[in-house]
Amino acid sequence: MYVSTTRSADAGRPAGRSRHAVPATVVGLGVVSLITDMSAEMVTAVLPLYLVYGLGVGYLQLGAVDGLYTGASAVLRLAGGYLADRLGRPKAVALAGYGLSAVTKLGFPLAGSSLPLIGGLIGVDRAGKGVRTAPRDAMITLATPSEGLGRAFGVHRAMDTAGALLGPLLAFGLLTLLVGDYTAVFAVSFCLGVVAVVVLAVFVRQPAGTVARTRVGLGAGLMLLRGRGLRRTFLVAALLGLFTVGDMFLFVGVQQTAGLPSGALPLLPLATALSFMALATPVGRLADRLGRWRVFLLGHVVLLVAYVLLALALSGWVVAGLVLLAHGVFYACTDGVLMAHAAPLVPEALRATGLAIVQTGQAVARACGAVVFGAVAAGLALSPAFAVLAVALLVAVLVGGAVRS
Amino acid sequence: MIARRTWVGVGLVAATLAGGVVFVGMRSGGAPSTALDLRGGLLYVDGSGRVRQGDRVGPACHRVDVAAGTLVCLRATALPDQAEVVVSDGSGERLRVTEWGLPSRARVSPTGRLVAWTVFRAGDSYLGGVGTFSTTAGIYDLASGDHYGSLEDFSLVLEGQPHTADDVNYWGVTFARDDVTFYATVRTGESTWLVRGDLRTRTLESVRRNVECPSLSPDGTRIAYKFRTGDTWRLHVLDLASGADVPLADPAHLDDQPQWLDDRTVAYGRDKAVWSVPADGTGSPILVQPDASSPAVPR
Repeated sequence: MYVSTTRSADAGRPAGRSRHAVPATVVGLGVVSLITDMSAEMVTAVLPLYLVYGLGVGYLQLGAVDGLYTGASAVLRLAGGYLADRLGRPKAVALAGYGLSAVTKLGFPLAGSSLPLIGGLIGVDRAGKGVRTAPRDAMITLATPSEGLGRAFGVHRAMDTAGALLGPLLAFGLLTLLVGDYTAVFAVSFCLGVVAVVVLAVFVRQPAGTVARTRVGLGAGLMLLRGRGLRRTFLVAALLGLFTVGDMFLFVGVQQTAGLPSGALPLLPLATALSFMALATPVGRLADRLGRWRVFLLGHVVLLVAYVLLALALSGWVVAGLVLLAHGVFYACTDGVLMAHAAPLVPEALRATGLAIVQTGQAVARACGAVVFGAVAAGLALSPAFAVLAVALLVAVLVGGAVRS
Repeated sequence: MIARRTWVGVGLVAATLAGGVVFVGMRSGGAPSTALDLRGGLLYVDGSGRVRQGDRVGPACHRVDVAAGTLVCLRATALPDQAEVVVSDGSGERLRVTEWGLPSRARVSPTGRLVAWTVFRAGDSYLGGVGTFSTTAGIYDLASGDHYGSLEDFSLVLEGQPHTADDVNYWGVTFARDDVTFYATVRTGESTWLVRGDLRTRTLESVRRNVECPSLSPDGTRIAYKFRTGDTWRLHVLDLASGADVPLADPAHLDDQPQWLDDRTVAYGRDKAVWSVPADGTGSPILVQPDASSPAVPR
């Protein structure tokens, strides 16, 4: 019996309704994520231009700043999750994370051309993202009856991705309209960040029952992995993550094997994002019906098919479209679905910590996998590297299937 | 009844959005474009990203160059990761080419017939670690309409040996007066080379190691370039005939393709300002224009 299922009945509305509608908290968090992602992606999109032409930083230093983007948030994700449980206030911790990221947007114009300051700001921005992720996902699980978790995460991830798509368009639109006025881009990004914080603070209710809670110690968080269900989820998600090629490799693979002009490369992530956005909700609903673990594994099978297409080195726009569609399906089957699967395996009091552990394991494994794949691709050609990866992924999926049956 | 909390929230959101709109509104409406004198004085890109020439305000560009009445403007567009090359002359726009990448370098040949551009791409390499980058350089012939989309399609000979590695990156094209010969930088493996190209035979041949972002002097005898030591670049001038190489009198790190003001003076952008320094290694840097980059001289 899942704790959150019993509790959802006293959330202040008829229990019957919650089975059909996505809870207001989830929609609210979706709106917050949409606005925040717009705000964040605006800055990410124009930052290289800003550094080079707004500040006169050379391309050589650009790479050093770029490196800060990755990997900075993994540890803080665990910290944010633990803090949310420890204080019993996921909303407060999430607010702190969103607020931190919003404030950094004002810092960019003030930092001038000091690279260490800009690097520090990017670090703080990533820290905010790390801190808020687990408490936010915990809030989604606490607000949603467990039979609707897949769909709830699907709705949230679809809105999140919509924001990521809109942000760069808004930023480059502003830059064109105002001719290189980066300060205006940062100001608008800051305003959106503030709006997201206000929406979260005022309009999103902390799910009932999450405040009155006994304080949890650090040990309890670590003990979570002793539970068989969560440990297996963690290990299999990490194993699969290890054989999940980094996004950029996949896009380069698509562009090269399908024989697309190199100018098409920056458009490929858009195709994945569109497919993810459109499919997140229906796939989430499917996961609620078919079983989330099954859909999670199925997502990796779809990715495997994409690898096979790349390994066969078939060329043409149709193949490229299929691979990118599959890539979007993979995200729809895995991103929110894994959280929906893991949530009922974690007691409510440790929900944010548990979700953070699974996310971090997967993220760290994917980062390692990208390095491994890079080495394999550098040694072999790109197509054989995808063939090797497809075999490895197949083994991992079979392990995942065996573990649950 | 709607709770007071809701009103406060709506009020705060509305106030924040209104603040943003007012801020953007206040910053819009920059100076309208005026006609530039394509045979006149120094052009540069100002701090707000507009081409300027004295009191005249030109189009929005990230890099600009001009020669014999032809102006090339390289800039980022309203679409993420896209750049465009806009070529115009006294009668208006002649050409517009869209490229994927960030604007990096732009050049016009001395006769105004050829234009070249370099765009910078991040994340284009398999193991893109710190400091790695990828570039693409293209050339367009305004007279014949030939579009050389990427120098990577040319055949490259390094120290007499044909070179076919995949990891070549070209940047910083500069043209000779004959509209056939050009120079550029190629990086492959751990080395950078000055290469001499031939548009007719579509070939590139190495001239010398460790020469980046070349700029040919108006008389065609010397090349100003940035010489890399570790993570810093310094301007040097190389005499093509004798191979004599002198460091110029600005020891500061700079990242630009230099521009010859005349046969004795080299200009360049550093620290958001345009400077000039004598081309023979003597003297000291002189501030030409504060809050400026990408100097160009109509000739």
